[in-house]
Amino acid sequence: MSTHPPQQQSEEPAAEQSTDSAATESDHHHDHAAEPRRDVGDQTDETEHEPDANEDTREIKVFRYDPEVEAKQEPRFDTFHVPFTKGMTVLDAVIYARDQFDPSLTFRHSCRQAVCGSDAFFVNGQQRLGCKTQLSELEEPVRIEPLPHQDVVKDLVVDMEHFYEEMEAVDPYFDPDETPDGELEEQRQSRANREKVKMSTRCIWCGACFSSCNIAAGDNEYLGPAALNKAYRFAMDEREGDSKTQDRLETIEQEHGVWRCQTQFSCTNVCPKDIPLTEHIQELKREAVKKNLKFW
Amino acid sequence: MYEHDVVVVGAGGAGLRAAIAADEAGADVAIVSKLHPVRSHTGAAEGGINAALRDADSWEDHAYDTMKGSDYLGDAPAIETLCQNSPYEVIQLEHWGMAFSREDDGRVSQRPFGGLSFPRTTYAGAETGHHLLHTMYEQVVKRGIEVYDEWHVLDLAVTDEERPEDRHCHGVVGYDVASGEVSGFKARDGVILATGGPGQAFDHTTNAVSCTGDGQAMAYRAGVPLEDMEFIQFHPTTLPSTGVLISEGVRGEGGILYNADGERFMFEHGYANNDGELASRDVVSRAELTEVNEGRGIEDEYVHLDMRHLGEERITDRLENILHLAEDFEGADGLDEPMPVKPGQHYAMGGLETDENGETCVGGLYAAGECACASVHGANRLGGNALPELIVFGKRAGYHAAGKEMEPAEIETGQRGEFERATVDSPVELGDPGSFGDAVADGGAVAASGSADADSVLDSTVEQARQRIDTLLHSDGIHHSEVRADVQETMTAKVNVFREENGLKEALREIRQAREEYENVAVSDPSQTFNTDLLQTIETRNLLDLAEAITVGALARDEFRGAHWRAEHQERKDDEWLKHTLLSWNDGSPELWFRPVVLEGEEKTYKPKTRSY
Repeated sequence: MSTHPPQQQSEEPAAEQSTDSAATESDHHHDHAAEPRRDVGDQTDETEHEPDANEDTREIKVFRYDPEVEAKQEPRFDTFHVPFTKGMTVLDAVIYARDQFDPSLTFRHSCRQAVCGSDAFFVNGQQRLGCKTQLSELEEPVRIEPLPHQDVVKDLVVDMEHFYEEMEAVDPYFDPDETPDGELEEQRQSRANREKVKMSTRCIWCGACFSSCNIAAGDNEYLGPAALNKAYRFAMDEREGDSKTQDRLETIEQEHGVWRCQTQFSCTNVCPKDIPLTEHIQELKREAVKKNLKFW
Repeated sequence: MYEHDVVVVGAGGAGLRAAIAADEAGADVAIVSKLHPVRSHTGAAEGGINAALRDADSWEDHAYDTMKGSDYLGDAPAIETLCQNSPYEVIQLEHWGMAFSREDDGRVSQRPFGGLSFPRTTYAGAETGHHLLHTMYEQVVKRGIEVYDEWHVLDLAVTDEERPEDRHCHGVVGYDVASGEVSGFKARDGVILATGGPGQAFDHTTNAVSCTGDGQAMAYRAGVPLEDMEFIQFHPTTLPSTGVLISEGVRGEGGILYNADGERFMFEHGYANNDGELASRDVVSRAELTEVNEGRGIEDEYVHLDMRHLGEERITDRLENILHLAEDFEGADGLDEPMPVKPGQHYAMGGLETDENGETCVGGLYAAGECACASVHGANRLGGNALPELIVFGKRAGYHAAGKEMEPAEIETGQRGEFERATVDSPVELGDPGSFGDAVADGGAVAASGSADADSVLDSTVEQARQRIDTLLHSDGIHHSEVRADVQETMTAKVNVFREENGLKEALREIRQAREEYENVAVSDPSQTFNTDLLQTIETRNLLDLAEAITVGALARDEFRGAHWRAEHQERKDDEWLKHTLLSWNDGSPELWFRPVVLEGEEKTYKPKTRSY
């Protein structure tokens, strides 16, 4: 798996790309100043003028690629000067750039409040949710790239299929031995147990952790932090039976499971919901040992 | 062409619940959604799910509260169905492992919410919708239900008989966002729309960018009436700069609203002498804007919501998510300072007319969730009543579409039974600006001819969708975003919490102008790959129809009921207006009619009373 579009040859890792991308930029530099263009007829025209000196703008450099459009088949960075308003987020900035400069600029987004998990981007070298990242906290120019280690579909859109497959590989659903007989009878859970799994249930499937993980980058079958966290959510739930818990531990301790984790904490550092992912993985390792399972 | 027994459009709470129910009933069901299911806007719901679970509570009390909250415009059979079934559906979610907040004895917690006579709102922190959505998606995965995610539904394949009540829906046309493939999805037994509300018709909204009312607009154009569209809920506590929602749970736990003078205005200015901050949402929203309009707002824009006195432990235990939202989106530390809040568009009470089983008047076509109007919420929805609606009516629609035997509905749909035709005093012509039959401008007219067989209806609808895309991709013109922005500004300025006759008429003129401008839209991105420019252009067309419907309803209803406030008509007119507003798309031109509200419940008739809190 590579950060780059499927057909691209470059092996340049994501981290380097963020510090030095002059090569990709120089040949294909497209500069859009803060002068809205509203007609769509002249789409291929490049505007190269400087932003109005009186206006407070921020410079963003956005990764562009489209396998079908000739001018975009070679990946490049486009520069946009976006008028700055207080509270403006990275998502606000790319929306402005799309609606005012280039309607073909493509990215996923929906809720704008960090619950739908659509807009995880690689911003100034780190996985972040566009909607909850303040532009004012970033160094300029702000580089906005698709999530590394996933195939790029177009611009900032990556193929999430592999991530979803890993999430679904851990039996990601509650599976108790039995439920209460009465249709209105609750299957009680202690407050302590709910507290124990609480953070793990906050995952919004944004894929930031998975993208940040070096192990996942090198081992295509590694379940990765998000899926392991999902397994943790159920393995630690007191309402599931012992044999199911045992099944779950067997799933996560297989060759591409918890033992691959090298506790680098990159996942925990980038998680926009503050889930202690590495801790959860460590706890699963301890549980697996306690249950006397074999090591890899 | 893809083919299934039941096709569910949309993968939020109602869509997922419908799919699970149809699967349980033995149908081959597929979900088609423009987003991956976990991205759906149900995930943003914060507060909770109302359910009469405890001995001291009863579904009858829940029904009474809901009817009163609706300002007597909800239909009793729908309200009673909701309240009777909600406890079973909540416990079903519990049995599916949903991470509800718990009491010391391990049972699910409940808290007070606005307009409720009993603390019956079950919740999972301040992120109930997130847990509900993910729990239900887990069940979809467990059952192996087929999901076509990032397939954007463009149109419905409906026959074109003269009367909508004679038409039949045979499926939908989908557009694969990743590849640009256009394909029919044939539904042997039924299509269930669970596509959410039209919040993006407004520019200050808690709703996601995806909430463009696609299902409502498509079904409206295919003949399903839109009901009570003028009733838009403005949530009293949204963050001023983004519209991000601060849950009613904050007030449920004891949060207090203050104006710029530090007055607890809900009491001190007499807006709700009994319930104060926990009065119904419409009451609190109007109170806030009145404070601002009379010069007691902060920065002339907002009021303060203070929860500091609740203490860090309680806040962290029950409202932790609110701290993050206030910090990330407004830079306010809720433990240390009051949070700025103002009303924002939040929910559409109206929607596609359905009965208690989710059926519309078009055969084989169902709707559930926010896109539907059964009607449970009438003129105003109570907090905590949206999520139970998703699961109760999603399930019923799923069962019914899959052919499970159910009690016949009591609520009538379509122009049958008792109804009256009406007109509205619009300053401009409504509906399509003269180019009916043009695939771009009319958003996909009814494509079939007569009662053609299912395959040919689908084929012609698919062909029409392809032509529409082709035209949009290969012409020059203006970008849709300016049309959309104009409409959003109009709606927020003139069809907001306070509505005046002149403002509403002005809004209709501006929407008309936007419709004319839309005739000249074009898509500049030529790509077949993930062409969001194309899809948003199509969504904007849907918003135009819905903005117009909301405004027409608002102008027609010359009374003050629930969320609908009219400057010139300051009282609820029960003699004249105990009826639903319906709007039918008649050859490109909206036709207004009314149907009486159903106040007769299973065992009693609800008598309209003064609604005070």
